[in-house]
Amino acid sequence: MKTSAKTRSLTMVGAVTDALDSMLASDNSVLVMGEDVGVNGGVFRATDGLQEKYGENRVIDTPLSEAGFVGAAIGMAANGLKPVIEIQFLGFIYPAYEQLMTHASRLRTRTLGRFSVPLVIRAPYGAGVRAPEIHCDSTEALFTHMPGIKVVCPSNPYDAKGLLISAIEDPDPVLFLEPMRSYRAVREEVPEDVYRIPIGKGKLIQEGKDVTIITWGAMVPVVMNAVNSLKTEQISCDVIDLRTLSPIDEEMIAASVQKTGRTVIVQEAHPSSSVGNDILSIINESSFLYQKAPAEKVSGFDVPVPYFGFEDFYLPTPERVKKAIVKVMSF
Amino acid sequence: MTHQIEERGSNLEDQFPVLQLLSPDGTWNSDQHLELLTEERTKRFYEHMVRIRTFDKKAVSLQRQGRIGTYAPFEGQEASQVGSALSLLKDDWLFPTYRDHGATMTFGHSLKNILLFWNGRNEGNVTPEGLNIFPPGIPIATQIPHAAGAAFAEKIKGTKNAAISFFGDGATSEGDFHEGLNFASVFHAPVVFLNQNNQFAISVPVSKQMKTKTIAQKSLAYDIPGVRVDGNDVFAVYYSVSEALSRARAGEGPTLIEAVTWRYGAHTTADDPSKYRSQEESAERRAYDPISRIEKCLEICGWHDEKWKKHIAEAAMEEVEKAVMEMEQFPPADPAVIFDYVFQEPTSSLIRQKKYLLDGIGGREG
Repeated sequence: MKTSAKTRSLTMVGAVTDALDSMLASDNSVLVMGEDVGVNGGVFRATDGLQEKYGENRVIDTPLSEAGFVGAAIGMAANGLKPVIEIQFLGFIYPAYEQLMTHASRLRTRTLGRFSVPLVIRAPYGAGVRAPEIHCDSTEALFTHMPGIKVVCPSNPYDAKGLLISAIEDPDPVLFLEPMRSYRAVREEVPEDVYRIPIGKGKLIQEGKDVTIITWGAMVPVVMNAVNSLKTEQISCDVIDLRTLSPIDEEMIAASVQKTGRTVIVQEAHPSSSVGNDILSIINESSFLYQKAPAEKVSGFDVPVPYFGFEDFYLPTPERVKKAIVKVMSF
Repeated sequence: MTHQIEERGSNLEDQFPVLQLLSPDGTWNSDQHLELLTEERTKRFYEHMVRIRTFDKKAVSLQRQGRIGTYAPFEGQEASQVGSALSLLKDDWLFPTYRDHGATMTFGHSLKNILLFWNGRNEGNVTPEGLNIFPPGIPIATQIPHAAGAAFAEKIKGTKNAAISFFGDGATSEGDFHEGLNFASVFHAPVVFLNQNNQFAISVPVSKQMKTKTIAQKSLAYDIPGVRVDGNDVFAVYYSVSEALSRARAGEGPTLIEAVTWRYGAHTTADDPSKYRSQEESAERRAYDPISRIEKCLEICGWHDEKWKKHIAEAAMEEVEKAVMEMEQFPPADPAVIFDYVFQEPTSSLIRQKKYLLDGIGGREG
């Protein structure tokens, strides 16, 4: 990716702000909307300073109604604007599910392209920050199951900026999941310029030959922790950060699994009907005969994401990931 | 306390009197807005209402013959749909439900496409270029926030265009109704919320849908004007929607209009209204018919012309028959269509799934 040499040290939430700032500056049709995104700058400060810079008509505090403002944003998007909505936590998106499922995701199909919905919905997701109940869901599969909407999930500041810019420029609706656990976990040099990371492409963040590990979002650091501790045991891992959950990078998964023959999938979500299961299906269809061991899946559990007194029991840990790696290696 | 609340309830009904300009007997009510009553306008209203009723009756019969799918008839609601659609300007936005194709065809949507829609074809939702009509809202009330948003977008862009959202009485129980009105009121969006209160949500009467005696009074909660009109009086609907649109264009925000009307027929061709309401009641409603009161008005005003009337009826039938023929001669469904508009650029898995289907059924000839 060619960008200017000028960079800034940013956290992931800072990179999100930077992407929004760049797009508000370069495209008048881009708007930021949501609860507390204006004066307050968002509950995670992702929109900090933007209303001051671009005014109340570009950075809009909406009434407290997810279905209402997502519905309104569909009308705005169909009428030439590009709303970027913030849902405060993924666990609060459900009132808007109907608008996404019955309208945003299928307006293009219903009208043979006469209308489309270039809408971005940003939502922090995931557990591990001692947040109140319902604030910690990882229900990405509710949306990857939905035809007509893309689901993106960056794991680091650089990808967050490049993917958010691509999402805003995308002609179709995009759900942009931000792992809140990683919002301020690391700083990274992020180019000041506008750059794009293609939606639908994963990233091989570490090359190895023994095991393929497929993960995304908040689980990337958990996986890297496990992988690093296995180096002493001479296990080398291909680590794929999917970055987009729909459409999924099938080619990258197949190429890696065909190389290593062993797979571990690591996801924070509930295991049933999950993205991890879709990955197993992709491997089954593309790489069945290359496998040297049954693939392992490390997930949350099929329980409501527990209140924070219990959340450590729920979340995949480096130890659980390590065990799964050792298991596929010793099959 | 209870007593006070009940008293307030009846006052609210008084606060939202039903505006009626043309009586069911064809005479003008007082001298109010008499300037609206011109021969040209009266005949134009009549022509459009005859046209859409002709379509509606034909569509019901096409469904009975198995030539289209399940159909939602609007007979009885012609004044609400024609009066409102004729108030719109070319660049305005119309958000219909599945029972508002009388309004969409009056606004300029093609009859052939409307029939295609009822025959299971997405092609039917493609409106003529430049005509802003959303596909019918199917889940109840979900189109109301869209109208608020499209209108807000016009305000942001600094145009004078407005939006209108249609919905029924049952829709006012849905969250989307309240969220849409609230959003529009907060942002002074140039939108008209046109409720056609046809008294029934499928089988459930208004009395079981809400405690309020009127729908117009729900405007009070959002501090926007609320108006109640005779939905079978095309003049009253035309007047109130035009006024609301003028307010919207002038930056004065949204309006809620309750057009009190009646659907003679079933909710859709898939239900039997005699199961939930007396058909005599529907027959009695014919006395308030939106079309026959215009016929009486034309006679009273001395504008009646049998030859013209016959011509209108024949022209409507001819146009509808032509649309039926075009619908039936439309090319068969192309399986590629279901894949080609999911995204602007198809994903690799959609390309694969499309190929699988096309290879399996031999492509478009299948």
